Amino acid sequence: MPFLSIGRVARSASTKYRALAGGTLLAAAFSALLGVGYAAAQNAPQPIPIPAQSADAKETTVQILYVKEDREREPPLSLIDQPNADDGIAGAKLAIADNNTTGRFLNQSFKLDIVEGNLDDLIKGAQEKVAAGDAFIVADMEPESLLKFSDAMAGKPVQIFNVGNPDDRLREEDCRANVMHTAPTRSMLADALAQYLVWKRWPNWLMVVGPSPKDQLLADAYRRAAKKFGAKIVEERQFKVDTGNRRADGGFEQIQQQIPQFMQGAKDHDVVLVVDEDQVFGDYFPYRTWVPRPVVGSSGLIPASWHASLELWGGTQFQNRFKRLTGRTMRALDYDAWIAVRAVGEAASRTHAVDFKTLHDYMHSAKFDVAGFKGVALSFRAWNGQLREPLIVTNPKMFVSVSPQQGFLHQFSVLDTLGVDKPETKCKAYTQ
Amino acid sequence: MSRFLPLMPVMVSAAIALFYVTPADAYMAYITNEKDNSLSVIDTDKLEVVKTVKIGQRPRGIVMSKDGKWLIICTSDDNDVKVYDAKTLEYVKSLPSGPDPELLTLHPDGKRLYIANEDDNLVTVVDIETSKVITEIPVGVEPEGMGMSPDGKVLVNTSETTNMAHFIDTTTHKTFDNVLVDSRPRVAMFNAAQTQLWVSSEVGGTVAVINPADRKIISKINFAIPGVEQESIQPVGIRITNDDKIAFVALGPANRVAVIDTSTFKVLKYILVGQRVWQMYFTPDYKYLLTTNGASNDVTVIDVANQKAIKSIKVGRYPWGVVVSPN
Repeated sequence: MPFLSIGRVARSASTKYRALAGGTLLAAAFSALLGVGYAAAQNAPQPIPIPAQSADAKETTVQILYVKEDREREPPLSLIDQPNADDGIAGAKLAIADNNTTGRFLNQSFKLDIVEGNLDDLIKGAQEKVAAGDAFIVADMEPESLLKFSDAMAGKPVQIFNVGNPDDRLREEDCRANVMHTAPTRSMLADALAQYLVWKRWPNWLMVVGPSPKDQLLADAYRRAAKKFGAKIVEERQFKVDTGNRRADGGFEQIQQQIPQFMQGAKDHDVVLVVDEDQVFGDYFPYRTWVPRPVVGSSGLIPASWHASLELWGGTQFQNRFKRLTGRTMRALDYDAWIAVRAVGEAASRTHAVDFKTLHDYMHSAKFDVAGFKGVALSFRAWNGQLREPLIVTNPKMFVSVSPQQGFLHQFSVLDTLGVDKPETKCKAYTQ
Repeated sequence: MSRFLPLMPVMVSAAIALFYVTPADAYMAYITNEKDNSLSVIDTDKLEVVKTVKIGQRPRGIVMSKDGKWLIICTSDDNDVKVYDAKTLEYVKSLPSGPDPELLTLHPDGKRLYIANEDDNLVTVVDIETSKVITEIPVGVEPEGMGMSPDGKVLVNTSETTNMAHFIDTTTHKTFDNVLVDSRPRVAMFNAAQTQLWVSSEVGGTVAVINPADRKIISKINFAIPGVEQESIQPVGIRITNDDKIAFVALGPANRVAVIDTSTFKVLKYILVGQRVWQMYFTPDYKYLLTTNGASNDVTVIDVANQKAIKSIKVGRYPWGVVVSPN
């Protein structure tokens, strides 16, 4: 109960005076009867003037565009990881609904357009939508496509949010002034897991790396993280996935034989760090290693921007809202899209404006922050537009921890212990 | 005491009895334990748990009826509000509440209960006698804090994702103003004189003090504790002493309660309490302030006059809400 009612103040006053003379007590009791107490008399409530309602002001609208590139992907190993057609888009839709609930009080509304297709379709579609007033674009596409797309939008009043891509280079040597990033980078993800492993005193990692170029980039991020936080990669093994005749293809009997064999004779290690960004073999490792060791990285204990089990910091209501809207649980891509669209909404309510320049400048300023069910305020790094956020360390069913871990310190923000920090950045577009 | 009031002779004899019996009646504090679906009862004289009972699922916000007879508890995962007899702790009835009720406040008329429905962007108004919904008031995303003005004319609701304090006229049940505050506002609290409304922002890490007359922010209070990282300072619960001079603000995972001078808005000191300190409540004599500490599963007792923590009392898992009986 946020406030003592007058009656209760009165009673407490009478309680306070019970050791005094009976007359005082009686007076207190009488005033309690009349609903006027001692304490209330001392701090008599000043009336609060209630202004008359003004006529509704004209509603203003912020138009947001979601662009999603068609991509060929191998089916996931597990049925429960099947992609949903609206992965990411659903998060943006929830944020639009949240922004509109808030906007109701400020005469602001938010609208979402969606364009899906190949890169040419996306550029063409976006040019049309931008001409019709869309100024904020949430982009889920491959790195090369994102660069071409952002270059095609250069010079227009457009702010792009990268939600689909963890490539560090998009925030570093290939950064673009018109792109911000709500997807965490590989280096942030690797650092989040590394901090937990170091905190747990599991510093010796056996790294198993897949064959794709993405796996090489992710392995680099883990090598960097090991060095940064004092862990050691005791041995690296390349896991060759032979497509068409996939090594781990086939029945469980085969996998049960193959994985332990592959893992035989390794140097002593605390964890098996599986690097498999495309999710084509990593999930075969837990419970099949040669020596009993936890599997981490792309399977087992995973770093991510979101997890469906998260209920800290009011997350329960957020997860429930998402489930009601979509009938499924929220994935990391949904979260990354939600926070991008929420960032635009937050800028609109803080500035009481809807025009591109005001919102753009506010999001890029040091004043900007936004809450994202992670217990701390999230903001964008001024040197490359990357979202600064805690990351979840989770098993497939239940979150285990949230990084940064206790004890990792930073002179500016502990959130900047995750990923490439300001002194190391190669991004030039943001400083020019 | 109020139950004796209608009969003068009884009242006088009660007064005399009180005059001679110096030890005060024990107040009972009721603590909702969010994770093990229970209620802990603390005798505030003995400062120990005297009873623990099972209640509905995920109990959080808790208030007492004006006469002290009923405990009214948000059982969030049951999607209702349950009424229990405060003396016997027996279930009386359920009130309709809308989905996921979290915090509630009772109007000074003793009848109208205002419930924040966190999942539904609504404040539901229920008559606790007839158990009927009077109306629903649309507010921002994730309504949470519920601050009733002492005269009952204005209700302030905070919405966590919208980041606003919504001022609601309790006569028309319409919103008449919306004040933006820092991220994730959790609790709204008027002082007795209605000259200040305090709003805590959990993620913003600040407390805004608003002038209810013009809805302008008078002061924004920041916190800094040596050795505690800024991110873990998350203001939630607020209580103001009955003379309006001192405010206590619970700082969540900073594990401290800030003591603030309400005229200068300066933090006078930080009292170390249990982990993730959340909600607070005064005993009716303002001798003690009880705090719920979610992560350490206990309640800290603060001596209000000396501004010192004097005891911690083990309760159930994830203690969340607290209320103390008026008699």
